Amino acid sequence: MADLKLTDVDKTYGKVNVLRDIDLTIKTGELIVFVGPSGCGKSTLLRMIAGLEKITAGTLEIDGEVVNDVPPSQRGIAMVFQSYALYPHMTVRDNMAFALNIAKKPKAEINAAVEKAAKALQLDPYLDRLPKALSGGQRQRVAIGRAIVRDPKVYLFDEPLSNLDAALRVATRIEISQLKEAMPDSTMIYVTHDQVEAMTLADRIVVLANKGIAQVGSPLELYERPRTEFVAQFIGSPAMNLLPGKITGTGAQTEVTLDAGGVARADIPTTSDDMGKLVNLGIRPEDFVQTDGDAIFTGAAEIVEALGEVTLLYLPAKMSVGEGADSANQTHLIAKVPGIHDDLKGKTVKLTADPSKLQIFHDGVTMQS
Amino acid sequence: MNQLFFAVSTIIVGVFGCVAYFYFSNIVLDRVFPARGPNAGRNINRSTAIRPWLFVLPALLVLGLYLVYPVFSTFFLSMRDTSGDFVGAQNYVWLAGDEKFRESLGNNLLWLVIVPAASTFFGLVAAGLTDRIKWGSLAQSLIFMPMAISFVGASVIWKFIYDYRGENQGEQIGLLNALVQAMGGDAQAWITLPFWNNIFLMVILIWIQTGFAMVILSAALKGISEETIEAAYLDGATPLQIFFKIKIPQIWGTIAVVWTTITVTVLKVFDIVFAMTNGQWGTQVLANLMYDWMFRGSPDFGRGSAIVMVIMLLVTPVMVWNISNAHKENR
Repeated sequence: MADLKLTDVDKTYGKVNVLRDIDLTIKTGELIVFVGPSGCGKSTLLRMIAGLEKITAGTLEIDGEVVNDVPPSQRGIAMVFQSYALYPHMTVRDNMAFALNIAKKPKAEINAAVEKAAKALQLDPYLDRLPKALSGGQRQRVAIGRAIVRDPKVYLFDEPLSNLDAALRVATRIEISQLKEAMPDSTMIYVTHDQVEAMTLADRIVVLANKGIAQVGSPLELYERPRTEFVAQFIGSPAMNLLPGKITGTGAQTEVTLDAGGVARADIPTTSDDMGKLVNLGIRPEDFVQTDGDAIFTGAAEIVEALGEVTLLYLPAKMSVGEGADSANQTHLIAKVPGIHDDLKGKTVKLTADPSKLQIFHDGVTMQS
Repeated sequence: MNQLFFAVSTIIVGVFGCVAYFYFSNIVLDRVFPARGPNAGRNINRSTAIRPWLFVLPALLVLGLYLVYPVFSTFFLSMRDTSGDFVGAQNYVWLAGDEKFRESLGNNLLWLVIVPAASTFFGLVAAGLTDRIKWGSLAQSLIFMPMAISFVGASVIWKFIYDYRGENQGEQIGLLNALVQAMGGDAQAWITLPFWNNIFLMVILIWIQTGFAMVILSAALKGISEETIEAAYLDGATPLQIFFKIKIPQIWGTIAVVWTTITVTVLKVFDIVFAMTNGQWGTQVLANLMYDWMFRGSPDFGRGSAIVMVIMLLVTPVMVWNISNAHKENR
């Protein structure tokens, strides 16, 4: 029901600039996920859309209408907070009915809306309880119910699962994705720092970094064709390995000679102008395979973590350190090989990868067109 | 010089006496139930059960001596006449028929209704308003300031505000009369106006207690989760609706504690009435009436004590409720 458009949006607190030149169009019925490291401004962006934070510059349009100065309650949005933000002194029923009561809707209509939402979320047995008598998952469902009752054009979720324990998180994630399917016309914006949530829920993911949008795309697009080293390392776990090297051959395939000695060929076309450029070769841990022939990287497995279905091998290496890397990435190359290989500890491992899976980054940006 | 010496030595003996008591009683307990040997586990359990009692014992004894004993002593006093003879409930019978006592009871009731309500209300408004402005903490300090003034001191200040000079006594110096005259009215002897003089006295206590209410309620308001307020804002509630429907219900417990605490203070109100009117012109209250009978004219300890018992009877239930509310808040 609602297209949402951000044009050149800036946000500054006093003199501190937190978001710059945000351009984004969200289509009706999309589920968009904002991800990024802490402090990247993803929650601030969501709160600006909600109307809880002023937009310093630029415009926000909902359905073609500029709503920069429209109060939140008239923007047609509803928000689900990280801490649920239930009114502790009101029953579940009153919590869900609050917005409609404020809007002075007829009693019968309010009751019908609350009952319907409660049924959909299996909350009907708890309608007359106070929030403190509910479990975490139930509280989160009440918070979602409170949003549904208002029948908004746009749903905003601010890290709604981060206060739940791991098992409940998965269950609630599935519920949210079912909810989305039941309401194909409503637009949803979802903020999280958990990339699994982002990958599983999103129609499109917006990766935020360095006060701006690093990349927008479908989950698989971001995984397969990351535009920058940051996105490459932020999506996927463990993060992508970045090995410093130099281009030593161009053409339909590009040859990269690593500082560590190995040679890799990637299915990325380059021209002779690119010859000799200093680059980072990106290889996802799960794309490594052990080989007896020519290896891209050879090293001793210093740490071996056998997880059952896969084994993580940590090989000391000189790595290129990006912003998206976790600490292990900075000192070790990580390979994720299928099966149990706890016998590899301390042994020398030869690793290679499929040329179609490799990424090449020059100055932090992909060379893939 | 002698006095100074005694004061200092009392402090030293007191402080070191306390430290020594805790230290040595602890050692004795550990000797009696040593935490080793075959019964180490049982001994540790026993000494942990006894230790708290050991440490609060001095406080309990002192409180018992200075609080519990006087209660009973006053109760027995209230059944004696001026010559110390036992007269049973006669003093209470006299009280029931005494006009001044009824006036005091009525006035106390009036104080009880108005002062806690007004102080809590103004405190809440001040807390709500100062919460979000830049110079809010300065405003709060100013409003809190009267709390630092003794009741008698405050009465002196307000005596000047209400001051009235009769004819041929020179110019009016009272602030209130200055205002009234500036607006074209006639100067009044405020503290002698029947009924209204009670209200004027109450204003003093409200002025003092508003700061107390504000500080406690302001802390409670700050404790409300910011997200529930944002959620209400998104739900379309106006600032006034947020205040009354979201904030106040969440701090009800604290409001009750503030209200009852001020109620206890009000029931015991004495200094203000004593300093302003001494109970004349229909402003008598129980505590001042008790003081009159105890220490003025021809003292009658029996009647004075009977009035004290009435005050205690009134304060106790409020006190119990106050403490149980405070307990609930702390949980």
